Amino acid sequence: MIMIPSMTLFWRDLRRAWGSGAMWLPIVFFMLVATAFPFGVGPDGQLLSRTGGGMLWVAALLASLMPIDRLIRPDKESGVLDQLAVRGFADESIAAIKIAAHAISFGLPLLIALLPASVLLAQDGARLGLVALGLSIAIPALASLAVMSAALTAHMKSNSALGGLLLLPLAIPLLIFGAGMLDPAGRGAIKLLMATSLLLTVIGPFAAGAALRALRE
Amino acid sequence: MSQLLRFDQVSCVRGDRLLFRALDLCLSRGDALWLRGPNGTGKSSLIRMAAGLLRPFRGTVSRHERCALIDEAAALDAELPLRAALNIWGRIDGIDGTATIAAMEAMALSALSDVPVAMLSTGQRKRAAMARVIASGAPIWLLDEPANGLDSASIALLVAAIHAHRQGGGAILLASHVDLGADDVRQLHLGDQP
Repeated sequence: MIMIPSMTLFWRDLRRAWGSGAMWLPIVFFMLVATAFPFGVGPDGQLLSRTGGGMLWVAALLASLMPIDRLIRPDKESGVLDQLAVRGFADESIAAIKIAAHAISFGLPLLIALLPASVLLAQDGARLGLVALGLSIAIPALASLAVMSAALTAHMKSNSALGGLLLLPLAIPLLIFGAGMLDPAGRGAIKLLMATSLLLTVIGPFAAGAALRALRE
Repeated sequence: MSQLLRFDQVSCVRGDRLLFRALDLCLSRGDALWLRGPNGTGKSSLIRMAAGLLRPFRGTVSRHERCALIDEAAALDAELPLRAALNIWGRIDGIDGTATIAAMEAMALSALSDVPVAMLSTGQRKRAAMARVIASGAPIWLLDEPANGLDSASIALLVAAIHAHRQGGGAILLASHVDLGADDVRQLHLGDQP
């Protein structure tokens, strides 16, 4: 019984991300960074291929900040969150559903955009594979952090800047271990990335849920 | 249980202001209670407490049945046609589409079912929110200014819906500035307390 309302919310979030076109904004931003970076460092292919993998991670991290102001605040202002609470939805479930929907609407296009971006940054197949694997592991955590900071800043008018300040420090471990996977000496990095991602993904619904509860007071 | 909603010695504090204190009220099947009082005396806060959205500062609120809430926000996705937006809540409430269609008819919204919510007027949106309340099938209705923006014909529909709900054994907690003219309604004046 509980599945149908949850799935309804999940599809609603996906449809809203897809339908509004806002979903493409982070992806365009990601591609922009990947396009601009070679102009910045010059046409040295070796340098580009050595630094490009890390740059893809930085770009993905910054792109994940962009959707923060549309994740929670519209639903707070339109009264949807109140209506869900009246129906007995736990705030943690709402947060978990939003994280799942955001992980898909943000993560899938990002992984697709990774292909052209890695060409621009002179990444060979092996390095592309490592970045794609690392990002796939990190995307649930990035989505979790985004929903968390969105919930924490939903009562403010222009919340994306502050949301970014909240999110970035927490995402740094993902960046270190994710980019660390590209280093031939960094064999253990993937395990640390998995552990960090798991931790952040699990914390997210509870932290965001508590923030949603505080929004009502 | 015939008692659906009960406040025991409830006090409400917003910011650092005491809005009301030691308030008792009780709603049984078929009851309607009209909250009156000037702005800022805690009518909306009382309704949000009844909905479980706000914790009382003191006292206990006990609710024994599902409730449906209408407040200033319509909570309908602006980009969707009206019927699709209402159907989302229908699916969440676990009711079938016919209940939603019947509720839309009751609020004279059938002709608007394919119009995007963003294009609706204030009054039409209020009626749509009311249709969601009707369709939900919840025994307790919590109506915070349901007549805002409604024309006289729509108010008549609202009063008819309230009447039908009470006939069917539902209870209503209503905050409104306008007298809806529904009969046999208890009144509670907020702001009269010392």
